[in-house]
Amino acid sequence: MIELVSEQRCITCNKCVQVCPMNVFDAVEDAPPMIARQADCQTCYMCELYCPTDALYVAPDVGRATAVDEPVLEAGGLLGSYRRAGWAVPVGSSRSSDQSFRLRSSE
Amino acid sequence: MSRAQSNEPVNSAAAGVEHDADVLVIGGGPAGTWAACAAASAGAKVILVDKGCCGTSGATASAGTGVWYVPPDPAKREAAMASREKLGGYLQDRVWMTRVLDRTYEAMNLLAEWGYPFPQDDEDRPRRSNLWGPDYMRLMRRRVRKSGVLILDHSPALELLVDDNGAVAGARGLRRQEGGSWLARAGSVVVATGGCAFLSGGLGCNVLTGDGYLMAAELGAELSGMEFSNAYAICPTFSSVTKTRFYGWATFSYEDGAPIPGASAHGRSAIARTLMTQPVYCRLDRADDETQALMRASQPNFFVPLDRAGIDPFRQRFPVTLRLEGTVRGTGGLRIVDESCATTVAGLYAAGDAATRELVCGGFTGGGSHNAAWAMSSGFWAGAGASDHALQRGPAWKPRRVRSAGGVGLRANNAAEFDPAQVTRAVQAEVFPYANNYFRTRDGLTASLDRLDDLWIDVRSAGPAAAARVVKAREAAAMLATSRWMYRSALARTETRGMHKREDYPRQDVAQRHHLVSAGLDDVKVTVCTAAERSQQEMAA
Repeated sequence: MIELVSEQRCITCNKCVQVCPMNVFDAVEDAPPMIARQADCQTCYMCELYCPTDALYVAPDVGRATAVDEPVLEAGGLLGSYRRAGWAVPVGSSRSSDQSFRLRSSE
Repeated sequence: MSRAQSNEPVNSAAAGVEHDADVLVIGGGPAGTWAACAAASAGAKVILVDKGCCGTSGATASAGTGVWYVPPDPAKREAAMASREKLGGYLQDRVWMTRVLDRTYEAMNLLAEWGYPFPQDDEDRPRRSNLWGPDYMRLMRRRVRKSGVLILDHSPALELLVDDNGAVAGARGLRRQEGGSWLARAGSVVVATGGCAFLSGGLGCNVLTGDGYLMAAELGAELSGMEFSNAYAICPTFSSVTKTRFYGWATFSYEDGAPIPGASAHGRSAIARTLMTQPVYCRLDRADDETQALMRASQPNFFVPLDRAGIDPFRQRFPVTLRLEGTVRGTGGLRIVDESCATTVAGLYAAGDAATRELVCGGFTGGGSHNAAWAMSSGFWAGAGASDHALQRGPAWKPRRVRSAGGVGLRANNAAEFDPAQVTRAVQAEVFPYANNYFRTRDGLTASLDRLDDLWIDVRSAGPAAAARVVKAREAAAMLATSRWMYRSALARTETRGMHKREDYPRQDVAQRHHLVSAGLDDVKVTVCTAAERSQQEMAA
């Protein structure tokens, strides 16, 4: 579930408010968005993928809130790790690095 | 960090917005976006509404998908069609499979023209058998906008509208972020709302609550193949990531580490039976180093949640479960009656997972490539069909009066409203358990139906839901209605075929090589439709 909107990193572009399919965030005037309906989060990671400053963290547990500590996430390189893993083609790149076609069947 | 729990922000003072269009598309996933583009390019004025956000909503955007992309080589096409017929219980239709293969080939090549960054192999040939969800759906949103379609995000549809002749005339819903409501009058409507996964927490699937089935059924539309609705995905117990391909390299084991006989990605029954009494663990220990690297480069999103949980899936065992994905990876859905994906209701079309996929998949998919091919094909046909229908009505067509067609949770009476969370939990308690839904029996299905029918009576006699809860109330009602079409159909199919497994009828019965059509809300009826009857009806239409 979504656990963190980093106030240090957030530039209040409210992209996450727009892209969240479950409408979990509320925009707040002159402040980072608020996680208003955490229980609705479906742990799809789309907010992280669209966040331009890696200000969000979705913990891997679905349907259960977990405590997170921003400095620990920061130190562990976890902020933005979903985006950096290569899921979604970087802007400006004309070729996907998707290697699915090389994977033979396991049978 | 600030946090609060609150209900949907509905500003009842905010004015409603009204739109007129030729075609209204409900749902902005693959099927809905292809439908919107097709309708717009045929000259229709189009509005697309999405409950969440077109481009990130739904099972495809966050998960990605293989695609049934087969070059037009007769031998390859024949092999592609033949390969899954047995699995699907021989309910597919070769004419439809051929159409879908043709259309998918064209659509994928169009995606390349539009700039989808397909990977290339070592000979610099493009490889077009897979789509990454975020890139695919970002591109589709751009194409929809470029086509001049008006997109309304965070605008869940609550109900369809009809004109005085009972033909569909649009829909109305809420604007969750701006506040207030929207109403769209349209000459035809495409339902592309996806399947129903019962809020089970599968990747991207919690927006898929069967809303379109309910809205269409309220106008009298029929469903088909709803017994093929018990797709369960392998998933780490804690996680939402219901991507199952890599479990082909897994070994499944009991708590003590001993392998579970018969358990595999294709042997889910053994996993389900074990899960009924004890936990199941797995390790992707059959992937060599090269395969491991390719896996990470193919589906990076499979690994990040495991990385975050501190699990190395190639070396460490982790607990897995089977998460219900209902009709999202099942094949049941709204019944379509002709090549334009029309439903039995005039002006109402169905596409993608909202429609039955029996025509190409029979009684089994497991999701992935066939569903993706069906979404881009049926979306295209439904959009074109809806556009034709609306434009034939002519520019003078304007329904003078539109009526609301929705029922449960919406209509004013003096009764108290029902609690959506409670109804949702009650439905989940009937459809999640493997003993009820994976391994079906007459007694189990009958007992579930007794409780679900009682619940329906309570819910439909309840009062209208308050604005802050109405979306969840309609979702709960849609899941409840879906569960009853599912189990009524499952009860009627007294055999095992496709994904539908009857413990009391473990064999396939040649006499039941037919479709089951379900319809009705208060009184659910299931009727048999043979393949011959179906193609006659299609021809007549």
